[in-house]
Amino acid sequence: MTIDINKIREDFPILKTTINGKPLVYLDNAATTQKPQAVIDAVTTYYTTYNSNIHRGTHHLSNLATEAHEAARKTVQNYINARSEHEIIFTRGTTEAINLVAYSFGDAFINPGDDVIVTEMDHHSNFVPWQMMCQRRGAHFRVVPFDINGELRLDVYKALLSERTKLVAFNHVSNSLGTINPAKEMIRMAHDAGAAVLVDAAQAVQHVAHDVLDLDADFYAFSGHKIYAPTGIGILYGKEKWLEAMPPFQSGGEMIDLVSVDKTTFNQLPFKFEAGTPNIVGPIGLAAAIDYLNQFSFKDVMAHEEDVLEYGRQSLQAIEGLTIYGNAQNHTSILSFNIAGVHHYDLGTLLDTMGVAVRTGHHCTQPIMTAFGIDGTVRASLAIYNTRQDIDALIAAIRKVLKMLGK
Amino acid sequence: MASINEIQSGIVEDFSFLPQWDERYAYLIELGQKMSALPDEYRTEENIVRGCQSTVWLHRECRDGVVYFQADSDSLIVKGLAALLMSVFSGQPAEDVHAADLTFFEQTGLNKHLSTQRANGLMAMVEQIKAFSAKCTEGEI
Repeated sequence: MTIDINKIREDFPILKTTINGKPLVYLDNAATTQKPQAVIDAVTTYYTTYNSNIHRGTHHLSNLATEAHEAARKTVQNYINARSEHEIIFTRGTTEAINLVAYSFGDAFINPGDDVIVTEMDHHSNFVPWQMMCQRRGAHFRVVPFDINGELRLDVYKALLSERTKLVAFNHVSNSLGTINPAKEMIRMAHDAGAAVLVDAAQAVQHVAHDVLDLDADFYAFSGHKIYAPTGIGILYGKEKWLEAMPPFQSGGEMIDLVSVDKTTFNQLPFKFEAGTPNIVGPIGLAAAIDYLNQFSFKDVMAHEEDVLEYGRQSLQAIEGLTIYGNAQNHTSILSFNIAGVHHYDLGTLLDTMGVAVRTGHHCTQPIMTAFGIDGTVRASLAIYNTRQDIDALIAAIRKVLKMLGK
Repeated sequence: MASINEIQSGIVEDFSFLPQWDERYAYLIELGQKMSALPDEYRTEENIVRGCQSTVWLHRECRDGVVYFQADSDSLIVKGLAALLMSVFSGQPAEDVHAADLTFFEQTGLNKHLSTQRANGLMAMVEQIKAFSAKCTEGEI
């Protein structure tokens, strides 16, 4: 291993926190990641030295803020290998990015009788917007199921694709199961059928390959806060040809060209989709997070996370009565499980008393829970700073809980 | 029968002997385990309290201006919390329940750990208990 995890842990001040007198073991990274000092500093520096509104001021601070905000767009473009910074739209998060496409693409290109395909393992944020869009547009909402291991049924997907399919949306990585879906292959299949594809990369962009050109994704959405950046900033990548052809999502300042009583013309990309004063510091924080990650070889990051994940999987499986949900061949960063006779809420609550932070519940993926016939799981999710010691602490805490519950 | 406030004081005292959070949860779990099981006929769809990560059933009765509650949950911690609520409110005059201040929650510090979490549905339970008691007071039931 060529990355020094102990050194990385030093970069994240919150990891020194204690919870209920116990050292924090943070395993809720799929919900949100912690921030390195470099990101915290970037945000603080912005507010302490050059806070100003952007794109319109004639003064020095406004120029500095505009420059940093737009440089961040470049940083994101390079990170996901987009052709142009015009293809990078700043949003509030993945949810807003998906809603933008569901409205703008839907209004422009989805007609009654068309098909829109999502998957049974999508987060509600990549499920409900399409369901609602289909209702608005009179289109059919099709759902690709998954098998017992948490792998998408590609045979069903293939059968669903037809010339009626206008759009396919799926998550690259499942937030509940950790499955890495075969995005490139699924995109190729959709393109062969003439459909555009949106990839929800909220759980992928920080853990697996994130090259939009290689994937050939039409749209690619992710959230800053899951990749070590602040909340409130997300990215929508869209191929220029689609973004040019789509109407604006929200309207107001910034997104216009000329406004008169008779008509309004719109600004060029990406500003056409960025109405109003944006989250100025968000992209600056996101760029700092990407710069932080870029100092490491991404391969090394993946190898480290894989090592901790497999160690976690083996350690959990040694606990009697424990079931892991999501056993796909290709998986990453997520350990979703239940223990027979123990409610996930009880387990999560009691782990918290021992300083172990996990998430419990349905993780905004009720269709997954329905498919497994459960109402929730305990989910431990990893990030770059997690170690085998974190897994050991989780396992020790679980054993204590089981004792408390008389198991 | 002790008044709502006397019962609440008793709970606060019980918890004062348990400074550690793991002890407090162990106590809650014990309370939940000791609570008598909810009869199957009360485990109905309409008795389910929404807004919980666990399933919570709350059975309500209003007789002669007095309210009676029985509850259950598939989570032991939530069941323990429900047991506390039952001990405070069940068998009390509806008027008193409707007017009561839930003080034990803050005084035990349980609120700090639990009330901010929508997941446990405790507040939803309290709201339903209060709303039912208001109706019972007005003789609507």
